[in-house]
Amino acid sequence: MQTSENLLWLIALPLFSSAILLLAGKRANSWGHIMGTIVSASTFTIGIIEFFAMQSRSEENRAVTQKIFTWISVGSFNVDASLLLDQLSICFVLLITGVGTLIHVYSIAYMSHDLDRRRFFAYLNLFIASMLLLVLGDSYLNLYVGWEGVGLASYLLIGFWNEKPAYATAAKKAFVANRVGDVGLSLAIMISFATFGDVSFSGMKDSVDQASSTQLTAIGLMLLLAACGKSAQFPLQSWLGDAMAGPTPVSALIHAATMVTAGVYLITRSNFVFDAAPIAQLMVLIVGGVTLLFGAIIGMAKDDIKKALAASTMSQIGYMILATGLGPIGYAFAIMHLLTHGFFKASMFLGAGSVMHGMKDEVNMRKYGGIGKFMPITFLTFGLGYLAIIGVPPFAGFYSKDKIIETALNEGGIKGLILGSATLLGAMITAFYMTRVVILTFFGNERWGHKDEPHESPALMLVPIGLLSVGSVASGYLLYKGDWLVHWLEPVVNPLKVHHKELLPPIVVSIMAVAVVLIGVSIAVLKYRGEQSDKAPERVSVFTRAARKDLFQDNFNEATFMRPGQSVVKNLLNIDYLLIDGLVRGVGSVSLNAGNKLRVIQNGYVRSYALLMVVGALALIATIWVVTA
Amino acid sequence: MLTAPSLGYLLLSPMIIVFAAAVIGVLVEAFMGKTHRAAAQLTISIGALLLALVQLWRIRDLSSTTAAVNSVTIDKAGIFLQATVVILALIAVLLIADQENFTAQASAVPGSNEEAVALLQKNQQTEIFPLFLFAVGGMMLFPVATDLITLFVALEVFSLPLYLLAGLSRRRRLLSQEAALKYFLLGAYASAFFLFGAAFLYGYAGTISLVGISAAAGSANEVFLLIGIIFVSIGLLFKISAVPFHSWTPDVYQGAPTPITAFMAACTKVAAFGALLRIFYIGFAEAQTMWQPIITVIAILTMVLGSVVAIAQRDVKRMLAYSSIAHAGFLLSGVVALSKDGLAASLFYLMAYGLTTLAAFGIIGLVRDSTGEVTDLNRWVGLGKKSPLVGSVFAFLLLSFAGIPLTSGFIGKFAIFSAAYQSGNIAIVVSGVLASAIAAFFYIRVIIMIFFTDPVNDSVSVIIPSVKSKISISVATVASMVFGLAPSLLLTTATNFATFIK
Repeated sequence: MQTSENLLWLIALPLFSSAILLLAGKRANSWGHIMGTIVSASTFTIGIIEFFAMQSRSEENRAVTQKIFTWISVGSFNVDASLLLDQLSICFVLLITGVGTLIHVYSIAYMSHDLDRRRFFAYLNLFIASMLLLVLGDSYLNLYVGWEGVGLASYLLIGFWNEKPAYATAAKKAFVANRVGDVGLSLAIMISFATFGDVSFSGMKDSVDQASSTQLTAIGLMLLLAACGKSAQFPLQSWLGDAMAGPTPVSALIHAATMVTAGVYLITRSNFVFDAAPIAQLMVLIVGGVTLLFGAIIGMAKDDIKKALAASTMSQIGYMILATGLGPIGYAFAIMHLLTHGFFKASMFLGAGSVMHGMKDEVNMRKYGGIGKFMPITFLTFGLGYLAIIGVPPFAGFYSKDKIIETALNEGGIKGLILGSATLLGAMITAFYMTRVVILTFFGNERWGHKDEPHESPALMLVPIGLLSVGSVASGYLLYKGDWLVHWLEPVVNPLKVHHKELLPPIVVSIMAVAVVLIGVSIAVLKYRGEQSDKAPERVSVFTRAARKDLFQDNFNEATFMRPGQSVVKNLLNIDYLLIDGLVRGVGSVSLNAGNKLRVIQNGYVRSYALLMVVGALALIATIWVVTA
Repeated sequence: MLTAPSLGYLLLSPMIIVFAAAVIGVLVEAFMGKTHRAAAQLTISIGALLLALVQLWRIRDLSSTTAAVNSVTIDKAGIFLQATVVILALIAVLLIADQENFTAQASAVPGSNEEAVALLQKNQQTEIFPLFLFAVGGMMLFPVATDLITLFVALEVFSLPLYLLAGLSRRRRLLSQEAALKYFLLGAYASAFFLFGAAFLYGYAGTISLVGISAAAGSANEVFLLIGIIFVSIGLLFKISAVPFHSWTPDVYQGAPTPITAFMAACTKVAAFGALLRIFYIGFAEAQTMWQPIITVIAILTMVLGSVVAIAQRDVKRMLAYSSIAHAGFLLSGVVALSKDGLAASLFYLMAYGLTTLAAFGIIGLVRDSTGEVTDLNRWVGLGKKSPLVGSVFAFLLLSFAGIPLTSGFIGKFAIFSAAYQSGNIAIVVSGVLASAIAAFFYIRVIIMIFFTDPVNDSVSVIIPSVKSKISISVATVASMVFGLAPSLLLTTATNFATFIK
């Protein structure tokens, strides 16, 4: 395999930049954001260069690798810290650095009034470096380092304004929920090591036949747990809504476009495990299906624009996870949806940020209304993102989501029916809640209750949004045309050469998909046209109440984990205090007493010391006499 | 006609260099004016030590090891021990070079006019340097001596200068002189035990060489051997401060000038343990069933008593004195192990402990008020907040003493206990671990004092160290840190050098 030192730079540049920004302190305040952005742009440039270089090579020579150093070398267990750039990782590299760079630019303006802007850019660079390591690592162990790195960056950025206790708590919540997933990943690595004696992707792929199905199922389930944590999938989804406490560019980059999709990457990367472990694959389908509906239902009831978008992210990632559960044919569509989603969701988040920027950081959509005419460009770009996410042809989301629905239906039988209905139902609900967001925000009566009119954001914010919305318009068609992405990823995910049987002609599926979208849009328009109150209605159905409370996910977690956990901790603390501490204090105080007593011997008189020596000598002789006699 | 015996000058050269430098130092002291004398003395000392180190490096692979008519054996372990003494002495001499710790004129009565005049005229005598070099030379001879007379000579050669050095403190001179006298009286007493034992061993084996004593096993009067072993051991156990021959340690450590305490604590331990290891590994190896139980008991007593009494100390120098007693106990487990691993672990432990000790006493020398060093622990409260760097270095050193992982102290303890365990001595390992736990209590208590308690309004402050002290403390700390993080650097060398040749 070819090597390329560029891979080192991809990670080293943002990593060093982050270190410099953190270590330089206030001195870097004036130029820190510029450097952070330039570094991010350079990684994007490297990504582009590598992409074209890769495209020019023949299919079997496309992947490149680069060893950094020998990490672990114990007996037969060898892990190199080395990087692998193949057709799958290049997609992520371009997404991460491309969207990342745009968001860096956006943040220059968005964070311009924040005293800690330099620190913000340091964390963003740290995130870019970690995320690139995650997708470039050539083994699970290398991936794990990046996995933890993005977790750290995410924690730091959610809690960026940690002077607000609620935000600090949100960061902690995200961290804890992610830990659960991380344990899954580390267990998966351990089982892999025990099974294969190897944790590299290529090594495990080659010897996958030698593993028993139980072992593969265990690895698969643990990997799924990891994916659930990082990608906010059921049942570890509860942190994503609170993660919106972070600055909006963070929500766009980390909690919409890139980091939360790491779970999809993990499962796609581990295709050889899941393809050989049907039970784990079925669980993937279930998790994806449940989450796509779960997120969509929560999205219907949220009044906080960022939380509504977060619920939608959860739901869209549900689609991707579901697609990865469909086996070889689904991986490419999952990645396709991931890429298009990266564009339109980032664009909408940045649009939401732009609205907040013009509305004094108000996030409650009930206090918006009629903003469209004040912020025409934001309205336009948000609108394009909207059309993309609900899946109106020919916008990006149509192609990617339609393919997932089609593949789900083609599973056939009861399974196909359930999956197909879930994805179609999800599409309808998505259309409903996104329409609701758009109407509440940009149309209708003005409800912000103060005289200052909203103003359009500066160009530095609008240009990145504009570029992203170009992506949300065009990316779908470009990836879909001639099955480009499917063929591109073929060497990595091994889609079976046999063509899947089609139960319904694609055009029929597309018509069905568009039809349910239209239904969803119509219901929303009927429900939310006309005057709206600036207060959320209180007399609502039990379902709305449940959705507003995130379908009781927090209550469930509190009742099943937090409170029992707290009581266990309390009891352990008592045991610790009484038993362990008691013992330790006991040792301490007994020793102290003994020490005080023994000090008496140390009276400072030479004669006593000499006597002690004589006594000691006699005791020695006596003892040996007894022992040897 | 008498033929001159072959001495083997090459093997002896490291020691000869040091002794010669000491003699030159005496001449310099006598004939040189006061302006440049201190600098000249320091240069001579450092030069001699460096030269000795180079020489040790050059002779490390020589095939012939005995010299001076079989009275010394410069084998691998001997070279390692000598090198350890020289390296630690190099670091110590930089601390000692801070003249202001020493009395200007040792012959002047404390509080007298002569003393005041000497101070006023800055008429600082520099006899500490030759004394120091004589002590170092003796310490180099001690672990390579292979007969009882040479051992005794070496013992006296390094002990006598130490008795003097202990009495040279500039401040609290009476305390210092009391310590010196006490050390001298008890040291002489212990030497008498040693000689007495040597006489019995001669009576037992008819020879004074360790190899001869070993060879005589089973063929002679066991009672003589028994008494001989015990009394010779007492002489050495005194030097390493094993219980119940430890009583001098806290008093002398406290009274001696701090740089001298540092030197004594680090280098005496290396020399005395070197000799102890050689005597037990070569001379008494055949009689191991006789002495192993007794040394085990002494080791356990030493570590437990050292750790327990250290808790009650209010003076940082006394606390470290008890800590050094406890460490002597831990080190004795390496003697009892009686294996190559035990020897290698002891060599590592001695180097690591020496470095940590030098740095720790170096730091103690920096904490002062207007009347000099402050060793009362209660006045160290909050020091870490006043001076975070010094506080953190001291905390690190304490953690190393306590044997917390990632410090060289941990590696040393681990190596020595595992060697003892492999030799089947469970009791010593269990006691060692328990004593370590008790010891951790008082080390960490000091860390809490200096970091987590608010400083009292007190005139105690950390002085800015001279360049020499700075170099000394940082070299010792960094080396100690490196051997904790990358122990294989030293552990491999120690293992390669862990051979005594009969």
